[in-house]
Amino acid sequence: MNDFRLPLGTIVEGFIDYITESFGFLFDFIRAVFKGAFEVVDVLLVSPPFWVIIVVAAALAYFTRGWKFTLGTVVGLLVILGVDQWENAMDTLALVLVASILAIVFSVPLGILAAKSKVASSIIKPILDFMQTMPAFVYLIPALILFRVGVVPGIVATIIFAMAPGVRLTELGIRGVDQEVVEAGQAFGASPWRILRQIQLPLAMPTIMAGINQVIMLSLSMVVISGMVGAGGLGAEVVASLNRIDVALGFEAGLAVVILAIYLDRLTAALGTGGTPLGRALGSLRRRPGAPITAPEALPEPAPERSAAPVPA
Amino acid sequence: MTETIAVKADRLYKAFGRRPHEMVRKLTGGASRDEVASLGTAAVIDASFEVRRGEIFVVMGLSGSGKSTLIRMLNGLLDATSGTVTVAGQSITGIPARQLRDVRRNNVSMVFQHFALLPHRTVIDNVAYGLEVQGVARSERLKRASTIIRLVGLDGWADSLPSELSGGMQQRVGLGRALAADTDVLLMDEAFSALDPLIRREMQEQLNELQAELGKTIIFITHDLNEAMFLGDRIAVMRDGRIVQIGTPEEILTDPANDYVAQFVQDVDRARVLTAASVMEPVRSVVTITAGPRAALRTMRDLQTSATFVLNRDRSFAGVVRDRDVLRQVKAGDTDLRAIVRGDATSVSPDTPLVDLVEASVGSDLAIAVVDEKNRLLGVIPRVTLLAALGNVSTGTGELPVIEPPATISVKVITETLRDTALEGAGL
Repeated sequence: MNDFRLPLGTIVEGFIDYITESFGFLFDFIRAVFKGAFEVVDVLLVSPPFWVIIVVAAALAYFTRGWKFTLGTVVGLLVILGVDQWENAMDTLALVLVASILAIVFSVPLGILAAKSKVASSIIKPILDFMQTMPAFVYLIPALILFRVGVVPGIVATIIFAMAPGVRLTELGIRGVDQEVVEAGQAFGASPWRILRQIQLPLAMPTIMAGINQVIMLSLSMVVISGMVGAGGLGAEVVASLNRIDVALGFEAGLAVVILAIYLDRLTAALGTGGTPLGRALGSLRRRPGAPITAPEALPEPAPERSAAPVPA
Repeated sequence: MTETIAVKADRLYKAFGRRPHEMVRKLTGGASRDEVASLGTAAVIDASFEVRRGEIFVVMGLSGSGKSTLIRMLNGLLDATSGTVTVAGQSITGIPARQLRDVRRNNVSMVFQHFALLPHRTVIDNVAYGLEVQGVARSERLKRASTIIRLVGLDGWADSLPSELSGGMQQRVGLGRALAADTDVLLMDEAFSALDPLIRREMQEQLNELQAELGKTIIFITHDLNEAMFLGDRIAVMRDGRIVQIGTPEEILTDPANDYVAQFVQDVDRARVLTAASVMEPVRSVVTITAGPRAALRTMRDLQTSATFVLNRDRSFAGVVRDRDVLRQVKAGDTDLRAIVRGDATSVSPDTPLVDLVEASVGSDLAIAVVDEKNRLLGVIPRVTLLAALGNVSTGTGELPVIEPPATISVKVITETLRDTALEGAGL
């Protein structure tokens, strides 16, 4: 037994070496695209003066949750500014935005596929288990080899790490849509695409949004780890403070991460539940105000001024 | 394919399991449902029926009898394992998905047990959904949906969300959505089962009214026999995947195909199902108006009754005459029955349910006259017959026909009067 050893690690290493050599051009291309995307977002966040960003963030906060959240946002961002982590925080925010948008772009369609096909679901599920439970640092190693030091390995590792809840909750959401409503779509001759667009996705939206919220949260936690491969931002500060045993820097950078995390979490959670001033505003556009919530069972009295009026689009 | 058949099912089988076709082969070979249970579930076994244009065809059975599976094969939501379904002259079994969608858009719509409304859309957008799928322009479909909303009694609710409506009103939306699609065939899957009893009755009555107006072909699934009897022009009773009897409500009630159906119909509200025509008896005590009082009196004496129905010359129903009036007329030597015909007999149409006859029967000792639309006397329903029909017992009077009301003047008096007046007549 002593000399028997499964050469799994060697095999994976050989595989990574092989694709590095054979598909180098492909990874260079991906690297260029991801890097470009990051730089665009980063410039948008870093170049304007800090107060512009704070005003935009506060406005978003106000329209999703209300004034308490707005106040918290302004205070939190001012704290980040006060501990001199503004630029790092914006770098990290850019990284999180790019990584989570890409993760969502990959995970939602995969979730739809898994919901539509049992075969796809049974293939995707173990891969997701693998991606979610493999220690996050491990992704950094091949990412580093394939994409070299910088933000790109960080983004790639983040996408892989953060995708799983997006796929899972999209699948769960779509499978959880009342089967009778889907049947109604079919019974009236709607195509599968129309049923997806008009019935399944809207009804699964709260669950999908919960998944997206999780994707963003995981992205943020992974983005810090990717500071180790030179992704910059708050992650780099945390890694540096660890190396120098710098408690002060570590706490300040860490606090900035927490503030960003809370802001993004509350923002996306509010979008998911729909119980927001923004959501209510959208909802009230669809129907007239003052429609009674409970209805008498008998035929309602004719109300010509309402029934004859044209319906708002 | 004749034009009068809207939907036809021919030897339909549906089996769920790993090897459905093997199950069907065994079932056609005579195996029972229990014998193939190890392979899976045989939901529908050898179902054949034809639904005529414009009728309400009810499929009735307990849960697990396969009725929901059956209705889902009629619009292809489920594929038949074997057999064919024909809708509007076109077979929908095994056709490509795109073609099947066309059939669903243009020929068959459906109402669901739990309404299955789109919760994020307003009432009018829900009602217009079928039209939207058909590709009707927005302004046009909203116009048509508004008409339907009025038709189903949801005036003023067009812009509400389904969650703001009560269950009964939500199902009106479901019904409206199916009606707006303007298909000939309407499938209704336990459409009223989720509603509480009062609302259910109201919806059933409204469906009957709408049907009288629109004349759709409706296939209605229910587990409620009273509902089946109330709505159905014809009823198919299902048990364990098989159709055990197809017939009109009265046929099912009065002539059940087997013990199962008989047991099932035991509890049915007979007063609502049975109609005047199904229980009426031949008219015995009757005279034409030209026959005169002597003939009327003789008829009453022979039948031992105190009243007799009177017909006009064209056989239409004129009314009744009472023995005392006739006796007086005979004694007076008057010969015109018209003078004493009373209009107080209740006359009803043949398809009046028995429940509507009770009051009339209580209020008068006369038998109820059943007349057709030309006012011709078809039969009568004496009180005893009505009671016997409601209680599901035989009238059991043996040789003697039931003739009401019973005689009030003795035979002797009548006979003497007749003889005396006859002599007088001869003497003159």
